[in-house]
Amino acid sequence: MLEVRGVRKSFDGFVAVNDASVSVARGQIAAIIGPNGAGKTTLFNLITGHLRPEAGAVVLEGRDITGLPPHDVCRLGMGRSFQRTNIFPRLTVYQNVQAAFLSHRGRGLDLWSRVDELYRGETEALLASLGLRERAGEVSGFLSHGAQKQLELGIALASEPSLLLLDEPTAGMSVSETRETIRLVERIARERGLTLLFTEHDMEVVFSIAQKITVLHQGRVIAEGAPADVRADAEVRRVYLGERR
Amino acid sequence: MRAPWELALLAAALLVPALGSRFYTFLANDVLIWALFATSLNLLVGYTGLVSFGHAAYFGIGAYTTGLLMKKLSLPFLIAFPAAGVLAGGFALLFGFFCVRLTRIYFAMLTLAFAQIVWAICFKWNEVTGGEQGMPEIPYPSLDWMGRLPLVGGLRTSDHFYLVTVVLVALCLWVLRRVVGSPFGRMLTTIRENAERAEFIGVNVRRYELAAFVLAGAFAGLAGGLFGIFNRGVFPDFAYWTKSSEVLIMTLLGGMGTFYGPALGALALILLNQQIVSYTEYWPFVLGTILIVLLFVFPGGLAGAAGTALRRLRRAA
Amino acid sequence: MPDFSFIFAQSISGLTAAMFLFLIAAGLSLIFGVLRVLNFAHGTFYMLGAYAAFQFMQWLGPGRGRFWLAALGAAAAIALLGGLVERFLFRHLYGAEELYQLLFTYALVLVLGDAAKMLWGTQQKSVSAPPELGGKALSLFGATIPYYNLFIILLGPVIALGFWLTLQRTRAGRFIRAAALDRETLGALGVNVDALYTWVFVLASFLGGLGGALISPMRATTPGMDTEIIVEAFVVVVIGGLGSFWGTFFGALIYGQVLSFGILFFPRFSIFAVFALMAAVLILRPWGLLGRPLK
Repeated sequence: MLEVRGVRKSFDGFVAVNDASVSVARGQIAAIIGPNGAGKTTLFNLITGHLRPEAGAVVLEGRDITGLPPHDVCRLGMGRSFQRTNIFPRLTVYQNVQAAFLSHRGRGLDLWSRVDELYRGETEALLASLGLRERAGEVSGFLSHGAQKQLELGIALASEPSLLLLDEPTAGMSVSETRETIRLVERIARERGLTLLFTEHDMEVVFSIAQKITVLHQGRVIAEGAPADVRADAEVRRVYLGERR
Repeated sequence: MRAPWELALLAAALLVPALGSRFYTFLANDVLIWALFATSLNLLVGYTGLVSFGHAAYFGIGAYTTGLLMKKLSLPFLIAFPAAGVLAGGFALLFGFFCVRLTRIYFAMLTLAFAQIVWAICFKWNEVTGGEQGMPEIPYPSLDWMGRLPLVGGLRTSDHFYLVTVVLVALCLWVLRRVVGSPFGRMLTTIRENAERAEFIGVNVRRYELAAFVLAGAFAGLAGGLFGIFNRGVFPDFAYWTKSSEVLIMTLLGGMGTFYGPALGALALILLNQQIVSYTEYWPFVLGTILIVLLFVFPGGLAGAAGTALRRLRRAA
Repeated sequence: MPDFSFIFAQSISGLTAAMFLFLIAAGLSLIFGVLRVLNFAHGTFYMLGAYAAFQFMQWLGPGRGRFWLAALGAAAAIALLGGLVERFLFRHLYGAEELYQLLFTYALVLVLGDAAKMLWGTQQKSVSAPPELGGKALSLFGATIPYYNLFIILLGPVIALGFWLTLQRTRAGRFIRAAALDRETLGALGVNVDALYTWVFVLASFLGGLGGALISPMRATTPGMDTEIIVEAFVVVVIGGLGSFWGTFFGALIYGQVLSFGILFFPRFSIFAVFALMAAVLILRPWGLLGRPLK
């Protein structure tokens, strides 16, 4: 489904991602892990089009999307959540998710219809599946961190992606919130037949649901494969010594 | 259907000439035109989050277009007025194309640069724009047909033009209202709230910003077209940067978070101006002091104050 | 083809204009670099410097050395004004949105601009050139250059160099540069950032006021010169690069030459040329000559 081939990106001489290759099969749940500064977010940004790779290619469902701007990548079926919660703070929970539907269903250039009732059914259904239905009218900027992260997920899902990228979806969450979020993510992935690619710091989370793990260190891929294999990999253990939970 | 209070306001506006005072009609006319101008700017500032320092450029282009077409080419208002919007929108497309590639301070600086270019051309192109002297004596549109109407037939020409202004401004505001309440308008607010996120729900941010820029410019042009006639003359300072700051102040003062905020700001500022000017010639001093006081009383700005008030209401409810 | 002496004379007038602009733009650039705000009121400080110089000259009367006293006095007065404005008013807006900070500086333009009208009326004021330099001129390459112009042309680079050395070599200068890069860390290191900001404002206002005072023998002092000069200062700062010191210097040089030769080739559109240049820079290379490239 997604193939990243040998991408490279440097900033002012510092090589953040160096000849990295990742591949994710349709319907798979894959994870990218690595210590801080390993280049995970940069790699994500390269995949989603926020950054342009200096070398290499990104191929989505057989189509070369290298260098396409984010809005085009999104329209091709990739959804993304961000590490730092990225919502529309002064819009309500309902409006946040509805906006994604409006854009995805091509209503963005409609200058005349009244917007409030459009896609109400879909929006409320999606909010309900995330447990946010009762808070639909609240201004999203005032939500708790955990709720905002769920909303983020909702926005990403409203674009009806076939591939969902999650950048540290449980960052800053308590243990119970983490468990809840992961269960939610897994359920939704299963229900919608989504392919999932996420980055995480929390090893428990990774090893509990990932079917394939890619390990990044200083911009390079040092291991890739099934969880058990990665766990046993010598270099991975060395890199993570002292960082394992 | 429109809210009752909007219709009441429209009715009130239409009734102003009935007061029989040339002065009140003049004031109301001024307020309406600036209200449209400020609301057009708010499409950029309040709804899309783009602060323009050069919005007066389109106001000036609109004014000169209508003035030129009516005075030099003797074209009817029916052509000259829409032409103002079309030409202003056209220039907004040209200038905006470059402006939306920049962010924040650079965006603002480029809007300023383009506005100063427009001003410089109007100021110096003596043959066409009349140069520094501008184009005085812009004719009123032919409103004789209004003389035959019941009720309003007996009014002066300036009153007739005022009524035309009321109808046109109301129409323009209605259109703008529909636009901001549309899916397109909602997309603009997503850009304002979080442009990065907007990109990743499939919004081509630059294209939407340009669209907003063009719409804002077009309506500013329409306001300018009306103003040139109202003012009985078109002058280069219509495009000067201080004009841009006047309209920006109205927008901020009235509240960029609501649709009618800028119109309210226009009303407040013009009425205040009238009051103050009757006591002292130092209106800028008074305005500046009021602005400074407001900035300190509402540290988050008027929008922040409104937000705080709203939050308190929500908690109480 | 105009003869060389004419070109040279144009060049000199461009250089003179450039040096004045540099004085004002340097202050603007300094405030933007450190405080991250575009100070619309900077043009007004310049205008007040000119008025203050006029006033001091009225009080001091003509005579040797009086002009220099008046000029320095004016610059100091404006520096004090700037300091007071920052300390008691502007400081409280640092947490507010940028737009509201800009609105404040514009409100200052309104208030101070009108205050000048209140104090000095709307009639043009003029200040005579200092007797030491006035009336005499140098003949070079067939062009006549008044000594005062020469003084200004030489003063510009001297001030630029002095300023630059201060920024590079002194402790205060290092703090200023650090504040421009990362004010939070600087504060965390125990530097009194608040006081630093006030001093930056004072210094910038001094330069602006000095510029106004020094230009008063060459141009009539009238209301409205503040709104004119501030957009010119914006152009300079954009061409040179927002926040870059030498960028402002070279930006001013370029501006001066474009303006004076613009008059030569497009006599009616020289003002147009300057803004077209500003637009071109923003379109092609927004960070200007020497600014930091955008992300």
